[in-house]
Amino acid sequence: MNAFDYHQAADGTQAIEQAVRCQQAKYLGGGTNLVDLMRETVERPQTLIDVTRLSRDITDTDGGGLIIGAAVTNAALAGDARVRRRYPLLARAILSGASAQIRNMATVGGNLLQRTRCAYFYDTATRCNKREPGAGCDALEGFHRYHAIFGTSSSCIATHPSDMAVALVALDARVHLRGPAGDRQLAITELHREPGERPDLETELQPEELIVAVELPPLAMAVHSQYRKVRDRASYAFALVSVASMVELDGDTIADTRLALGGVGTKPWRAWQAEAALRGQPATAATLAAAVDAELAAARPLPGNTFKVELARRLMIAELSQRLSDARNGGDA
Amino acid sequence: MSALDTGRSGDTQPAGVALAGDYWRPEGRPDPLGEKGRSGIGAPLSRVDGADKVTGGARFAGEFRFDGMLYAALVYSTIANGRIFGIDTRDAESLDGVALVMTHQNAPRLNTPPVFLRAPNGAAGDDHPIMQTDRVHWNGQPVALVLAETQEQADAAAESIRVDYAAEPAMTDFAIAKTQARQPDNLLGGPAEIRVGDADSALAAAAYRVDATYTTPRHNHNAIEPHALTLAWVNEPEGEGETLRIHDASQCVDLAVASLAEVFGIDISRIHITSPFVGGGFGGKTLWQHQILAAAAAKLAGRPVRLALSREGVYRVVGGRACTEQRVALGADDRGRLQALIHSGVAAMTRHNNLPEPFFQATKCLYAADHIRLSIDVADMHMLANTFMRAPGESVGTFALESALDELADQLGMDPLELRARNEPERDPTSGLAFSSRHLLEAARAGAERFGWSERSATPGGRHDGEWQIGMGCATATYPYMRMPGAVATITLTPDGATVGIAAHEMGMGTATVQTQVAAARLGLPVEKIAFRYGDSQLAGSVLAGGSQQTAAIGGAVIAAQRALVTELLSLVDEHSPLSGLSPDEIECRDAGLGAIGDGSRFESYRQILASAGRSELCVEASAAESQELGNWSMHSFGTIFCEAGVNAVTGEVRIRRLLGSFDCGRILNAKTAASQFRGGMIMGLGMALMEETLFDARSGRVMNPSLADYHVPVQMDVPEIEVMWTDIPDPHTPMGAHGVGEIGITGVGAAVANAVYNACGKRVRDLPITLDKLL
Amino acid sequence: MQWTINGQVREAEVDFRTSLLDLLREQFQLSGTKKGCNQGACGACTVLVDGERINACLALAVQYQGREITTVEGLAEHGKLHPVQAAFVEHDGFQCGYCTPGQLCSAVGMIGELERDLPSAVTADLAAGQIEWQRDELRERMSGNLCRCGAYNGIADAIAAVLAEELGEEIAR
Repeated sequence: MNAFDYHQAADGTQAIEQAVRCQQAKYLGGGTNLVDLMRETVERPQTLIDVTRLSRDITDTDGGGLIIGAAVTNAALAGDARVRRRYPLLARAILSGASAQIRNMATVGGNLLQRTRCAYFYDTATRCNKREPGAGCDALEGFHRYHAIFGTSSSCIATHPSDMAVALVALDARVHLRGPAGDRQLAITELHREPGERPDLETELQPEELIVAVELPPLAMAVHSQYRKVRDRASYAFALVSVASMVELDGDTIADTRLALGGVGTKPWRAWQAEAALRGQPATAATLAAAVDAELAAARPLPGNTFKVELARRLMIAELSQRLSDARNGGDA
Repeated sequence: MSALDTGRSGDTQPAGVALAGDYWRPEGRPDPLGEKGRSGIGAPLSRVDGADKVTGGARFAGEFRFDGMLYAALVYSTIANGRIFGIDTRDAESLDGVALVMTHQNAPRLNTPPVFLRAPNGAAGDDHPIMQTDRVHWNGQPVALVLAETQEQADAAAESIRVDYAAEPAMTDFAIAKTQARQPDNLLGGPAEIRVGDADSALAAAAYRVDATYTTPRHNHNAIEPHALTLAWVNEPEGEGETLRIHDASQCVDLAVASLAEVFGIDISRIHITSPFVGGGFGGKTLWQHQILAAAAAKLAGRPVRLALSREGVYRVVGGRACTEQRVALGADDRGRLQALIHSGVAAMTRHNNLPEPFFQATKCLYAADHIRLSIDVADMHMLANTFMRAPGESVGTFALESALDELADQLGMDPLELRARNEPERDPTSGLAFSSRHLLEAARAGAERFGWSERSATPGGRHDGEWQIGMGCATATYPYMRMPGAVATITLTPDGATVGIAAHEMGMGTATVQTQVAAARLGLPVEKIAFRYGDSQLAGSVLAGGSQQTAAIGGAVIAAQRALVTELLSLVDEHSPLSGLSPDEIECRDAGLGAIGDGSRFESYRQILASAGRSELCVEASAAESQELGNWSMHSFGTIFCEAGVNAVTGEVRIRRLLGSFDCGRILNAKTAASQFRGGMIMGLGMALMEETLFDARSGRVMNPSLADYHVPVQMDVPEIEVMWTDIPDPHTPMGAHGVGEIGITGVGAAVANAVYNACGKRVRDLPITLDKLL
Repeated sequence: MQWTINGQVREAEVDFRTSLLDLLREQFQLSGTKKGCNQGACGACTVLVDGERINACLALAVQYQGREITTVEGLAEHGKLHPVQAAFVEHDGFQCGYCTPGQLCSAVGMIGELERDLPSAVTADLAAGQIEWQRDELRERMSGNLCRCGAYNGIADAIAAVLAEELGEEIAR
C-alpha cells in the first residue's frame, strides 16, 4: 500500500472541499473494498477522505418512502424495521452479501461504489482494461465463471458484485449526489455505466462528486418482494445469479412487476425487457417464459459462464412463479 | 460419538500398566494400553492448551519478537519460465524505513536444500536454487525480498520494485503436459506401477464393466494461519559463534533444522527451531523458500527478521495438491465379484520434486479383485512444486475408485454396500500380507444402521422435498497406518510428576492432550502430573507430523522410554524395597509408582524410590523400536462415509443434509479430539467435493484465486451436524492399539457426496468440484 | 492517536496505512487477534468495536480513533473465562486455535445481534420483530469466520450451549 494522507470530513460539503483541495483523493467509507484494493495496489490514492461521519440516519419521506444516509451501515439498513417491513428484498439482499462483520463496517454509499472482484482486475500481473484502459482483458479467455453475460463488451466482462445494489435497482431508488457544482439526483439505474470501450469509468459520478443519500420511493408491492441468491457455497460468497422480484396482480393480470438480476451484469441488472413483457399480461407460465426469454435474448455468455443463462432462466421463472403464487394467496410470502 | 464408560481425568484411579513389549512381532504381546477399559484412554479430555487458545495466550510463530527486528516482504515473479534481465530496486531502497533489498544479485551464497522424500533429511518442497541465479522456474517464485522497520514500509517498498523478464516457453497447460507424461521412478518409495494378473484381459472378458475417467483439480491447504516465522542469528557468548534461532510454524522441526543446516553450510547444533503452536498444517507447513530467504536476509542485514507470508504469498511459495486425471475400470461377474480392477492416470508434477500425487494408494488394499493394474504417470509442468496435502493420494483417489464402485453397483442393481462387502479381501490383494486389523465391514454395518441407509431409494430421483431432490451415497474411507523411524522420547521423573519430551508437533490434532493422557495412563499418574513437551528441535528425536503417524511414532518412543525409566528405577531400589528382585517385565506402573503385577502388596511410589536413592529427578531417553510391524502386516485404517445430499432441481445447488463417518482406526485415545479430527477431515472432504479448486491459468501458469475469498473452503453454513463413530477395536500390533486419525476423514467423502448427488438426481459428476453448473 | 482497548486508553502514533489489526498486534502486542487473510475473507481478525463485530484487517487504525475496542484478550473478566470461551473449550470448538479469537469475538457480537432481534439471511420472516434462536440462525451468522480445521460443529455446539443457558431451553435444530 502506498503512503497517503488522511482527512476526516464532518459532512458531505466538507468532504467535497477536501477532495477538491487534494490531488488524487478517494472517499473512504467502511473501507471493506477500498482498503483491500489499496493493499493490492489496484487503487493508489494520495489522500483518503473519511466520509463515515456523513449521515447515518434513515428518515421517512412524506409519501411513505425512506431516505438513507450514505454512511448508514449495511447492517443498520438491513436491520431497520421499516426496511424489513416495506422493502424486505433490500434487507434480504444485504443480508445475503458478505459477512456480518463486513456488513457492520460497509456503508450504503461504499457498497454502491464497490468495484468488481474479477481476478484479473485484482492481479496487477495480468492484463485488465478496467485497471489500465487499452491493456487488454485476460478474463475473456481466462477464468470467467463469475463474470457477466449482460452489458459486456470486448473490453470488459467484469460483474458488478453488489447484492444491495440489485435490490435498489429493482426499487427504482434515487441517488442523492453532492459535488463541487452542487446537489443533484440520479435514478440508481443510471448510476452505473456499462463498460463499452472505457471499463475504467464505472459510474456517472463527476470528479469529487459524492453519494450523500439514497432515496427509496414508496412502492406498495415491495412489501412482498424477495431476493434470492445462488452461489458456490451456502453463505459468504458472491452471487452466480441472484434475482430480486416483486409483482402486483390485478385479477389474473400482472399489473406491475420489478425484476433485477445480480451476478450476471456489468452493472446491477434491471430486467427491463422481461418487465415490459410481463406488464399487463395474463399471469401464466407462458407469459413468464416469454418474458424471461425476452430478457435473455441479450445475454452474451462465454464458455465459462454459459450456464448462467440457464440458471438465470430457471431462477427468474421460479421466483416470478412464487411471487405470483404469493400474490394470489393474499400476498404472504 | 461413541459412548464411552470412562470418566474425565482424575475421576478414576488409573489401573496398573505393564510394560509394552514386542507388539510389532507376529507373536508379540499387544501394548496393554490398547486393552478395553483402560482408565483414561479414550476419555474425552478437553484440550490441555484450551485456555491458552481461547484467551489469545497461545503465541504463534509470527507473534514472537526480537529486539531490532525488521519486517520482510517478498516480490514474486510474474512469468513461469525464463530469466530476470533487469531488476530496479532504486525506488524501494529510497523509501523510509527500508533496511535491505535482497535479490539474486546480492543474496548470500546458499546451498540447494535437500528435498522431501528424496533425501533422508529433506524438508524442502523442491530443489531449485534459492535466489541464487536469474532463472525463474514458476509463476510466483520469489525474486526479491525487502526488509524494513515496519510491515507497511516493507510492503510498499516491495510493490515499488520493477522486474523485467525474458520469458521462455513454459509448460503450463495440463491438457498438453499430460500427453507427454512419464512414469516416475518411484511412488512414495514404492513402484509407480503394480500388476496382479492380467487386468486388461480380465476387464475385456467381464460381464459387467465400468470404465470411466475422473478428474480432480489442484487444491491448497489454506491453513488459517499463513506461514510465518520470526528469527535471529544470535551471537553465542564467549566466541561460540552464531546460532540461528527460529520461531517457525512447522510440522517438521528436525527435518527443517537438518535442511537449513545444509543450505547454510553449518552444523545442525547451530540451528534451533521451536514451534509450540501451529495454526493448521495439513501437509503445507514444511520447508519452503520463505524460511530460507528470511534467514539469508537476516544474515545480510545483521538484524532479526519477521517474515509473515500474505495469503497470496502462501499460494505463490507453498505448494498444494496436484491435479489428477484418473481412469478407473472395473470388471465384475453377475454376483458383483471384481475380476478386473484398473486404476491409472496422470498427475501434474515438476522435475524438481518427488511427489506424484499417489492416487492409487487406497486401491492397493481395498478390494479382492482377481486381476489388478495400478499405475501413475506424471506430467511435468512449470509450476510451483506440488506437495502433500491431507491424505495425499487417498483423498482424490478414493473419489475415483469409490465413484466407480457406485457406478458398478448401479449397473448390477446391487446395494453399493453389498457390492463392497462381496469384495472384502482376506489378505491385502497386492502385497499378499495379512491385515493387522481390518474391521471395515463392522464399521460399515454400524454406520449404515445409525444413518438409516436402508431408507435409500435404489433408483435415482426417488425422494423430494419441495425443490430439493434428496439422495444418499456411501463410500469407503481408508488411510494407511505408518510409524516412521526417528522417534526418541525422554521422560524426566520428579517427585511431583513426569515430563515427556519429544520433537513432535501440535497443529490442532490434539497431540499435546492425547499424549498427556497416554503418558498419564502409562506411568500411572494423573494427567495433571504430566507435562508433555513438543515442537522444539532440541527435544529428543525427530517426528514428522504427517502421514497420520505421530500418535504411533510418539507412542512407540514413549513405550521405549517407559521401559528405560522402569529399568532405571529398579536399579535404584535396594534390597529392602518391596520391588527388590523384580525384573521390568514383572512390573506395572500404577498409583504414581511401581508395583508387582498381580501383587498389590508389593509397591513403591516414584517419590519413595527417588527419595531413597537421594535423587531429585531421573531422566531417561530411549528410541522407539524399529517399525517391523509394517513389514509383517498390511496396516490400514478403514471407514465408511454416508452422505445425504439435496440437489436443488431449479438451481443445481448441492446442500449436504447429513454426513456420517463410521471408522475402524484401532483404539481411539480421546473421544473428543478424535471426533474433531474425523469431522475436520470430513469437512475438508466436503470442500473437495463441492467447491475447492485452485485456478491455475493454463496460459500463464499463474494461480488466479490466491485468496480465501476466491478459493472457497466450507463455511459454517455449509456444514451439517456430522456424526462420527468408531469400532474402537485395538490393532494388536501398534502402540496403544491405535492408528492415526488425522487424514482418513477426508478420504471417501468426495465419492460419498458424488454418489449421493447421483442418487438424488441421476447425474453422475466425475469432475471435482461438483459445482451447480454441472447439475443444471 | 488514541483508542480504548479492553477498557484501557492506549495511545500511539501510527502510519495511516496501519490497520486496526496491525495496531493491535504490532504496536500493542495484543497478538490474540489473528491475521488469516488480511482481506476480509476469513474473519480471524474479528474484534468488537463499541460492541459490534468487525474485521480489524480492513479497518484503518486512524479511522477508529476514540472507539471502544474489545479483543479476545478482553473477553475474560477477573480471570474468569467468558461463558463463550468456556463453552468453546468444553465443546472442542477449535483445533489449531488460530481462527478461535475471531470466532469468539464474532460469537459475542452475534449473540448481541440476536438479543437485539436483528435478522439474518436465513430469517424466514424479516418483518417479524422477534428472531427465533435456531441453530441455522447461528450457523449463518457465524459463516464469516472460516475454520480450516473444521471445528464448525463444536463452535455451533458451544454457542448453542451459551444461548440455551440464556434462554433456559435448548436451541432448536
